[in-house]
Amino acid sequence: MTAAPAPAAEGAAPTLAPEAVPFLPRGVRLHFDTVRGAWVLLAPERALRLDTVGHAILSRIDGERSLGAIARDLAATFNAPFDQILADSAGYLSALLDRRVLELRP
Amino acid sequence: MTLHDPAAHRPATPMPAPPIAMLAELTHRCPLSCPYCSNPMELTRKEAELDTETWLATFRQAAALGVLQLHLSGGEPASRPDLVALVAGAREAGLYTNLITSGIGLTDRRLRELDAAGLDHVQLSLQGTDAAMADAIGGYRGGFDRKIKVLGWIAEIGFPLTLNFVMHRRNLRQLPRALEMAIEYGARRIEVATVQFHGWAMANRASLMPTREQAREAGRIVAEARAALRGRLVIDYVPADYHARYPKPCMGGWGSTGLNVAPDGLVLPCHAAQTIPSLEFQSVRHAPLAEIWTEGPAFRAFRGTEWMKEPCSSCERKLVDFGGCRCQAMAIAGDPAAADPVCEKAPAHARLRDLTEDFTSDPDAPLVYRAFPAPARAG
Ligand code: SF4
Ligand code: SF4
Repeated sequence: MTAAPAPAAEGAAPTLAPEAVPFLPRGVRLHFDTVRGAWVLLAPERALRLDTVGHAILSRIDGERSLGAIARDLAATFNAPFDQILADSAGYLSALLDRRVLELRP
Repeated sequence: MTLHDPAAHRPATPMPAPPIAMLAELTHRCPLSCPYCSNPMELTRKEAELDTETWLATFRQAAALGVLQLHLSGGEPASRPDLVALVAGAREAGLYTNLITSGIGLTDRRLRELDAAGLDHVQLSLQGTDAAMADAIGGYRGGFDRKIKVLGWIAEIGFPLTLNFVMHRRNLRQLPRALEMAIEYGARRIEVATVQFHGWAMANRASLMPTREQAREAGRIVAEARAALRGRLVIDYVPADYHARYPKPCMGGWGSTGLNVAPDGLVLPCHAAQTIPSLEFQSVRHAPLAEIWTEGPAFRAFRGTEWMKEPCSSCERKLVDFGGCRCQAMAIAGDPAAADPVCEKAPAHARLRDLTEDFTSDPDAPLVYRAFPAPARAG
């Protein structure tokens, strides 16, 4: 029910393999908040405000592309080192997995 | 945000940020009669409820104001025959829709209609983890068996599910089983909420207040389960606050994140706000929601920190807990601007301690079930 800040990478969260294929489960969706002019992730009892990076990662999740493919795309788009992007995205998504607002294809 | 008319009177306080969530109490009607119901002691009758059109117009206004999440609650929202239309209209308005239900009144067919209407999420309440407990607490025979059926349909359709287990002295020992049930029925979240003493629960403090040992035990079970079930089940925990040192925060501050609309259209800063006699409420029937949110006297009364008294006004936690609960301050200190008596710095804290002793001393205190007032009236 509260707008929590975008999740930060947590040291204790399990690391995600580059082959993992993330998807937004039912009941979790991206929404453009026209009143605040920002993207939010709507989930049960949560509305997470997304910054540019968060939105860039989540909007690339389609249930088909792997984390590695998404990170490669992001690295090209933002002209940033792949390894760094992969690590940051894995941390970001692990925190969402922990909160059960993201799932992995079996 | 711009003012429509630059010549118009400017509010003395800055514009508040828009609300994130709205709780629509569609009705006070409910087949259950839980003795801790958060509805007010004075329940609104069916004849006074808002009609479908007015609810839908309110949802559209809420979305335009900035509300993202709509909680459809009650009473039992399934008691409204137009529930499916309300969900469809809320989705059309762009809102995330959450149905807060006991499950009673939902059929397989109705759930499928809700699915087609775009319902995002279901939160189902558990009064206990077996029929003996659940039906005794809910005051409704057969309620538990029915709920289990509903859980099956929810899983079949694939609705994201949160279980809500309201815990108190009588059912607290069932917490471990409630956690198991959440896993068995595929819930992603469970809310383990120790009973809050508002509404009907106020009349039941002597029978529902957990003992200090129970409160501690619940905290231990939750901590262990969180570690063991990490990534499988999210556990939101509301501890027993009469036993705490500091109060629970009042949302993100009064009038800062959410609003409630009562069945008759009155807009409330929180579900218990009507226990504060000095507050003046407005109705969606007579004023735009945006105006009520920004300028309404009930919302302005405790917004920000200016209303605070000592010890809150000079306290370093004032932006952490916002002085705690206004309704609890009213109920126990007799002053809605006082520090929440749960706080050990509050002048009324000693009184709360004494009450807590009293309320946990009689293991056989009877339950008072919620009920509408007798329909027959003189004159
Ligand atoms: S004094 Fe007021 S602000 Fe400080 S902790 Fe107590 S209730 Fe909260
Ligand atoms: S005043 Fe009390 S009941 Fe109302 S929202 Fe704040 S903490 Fe909750």
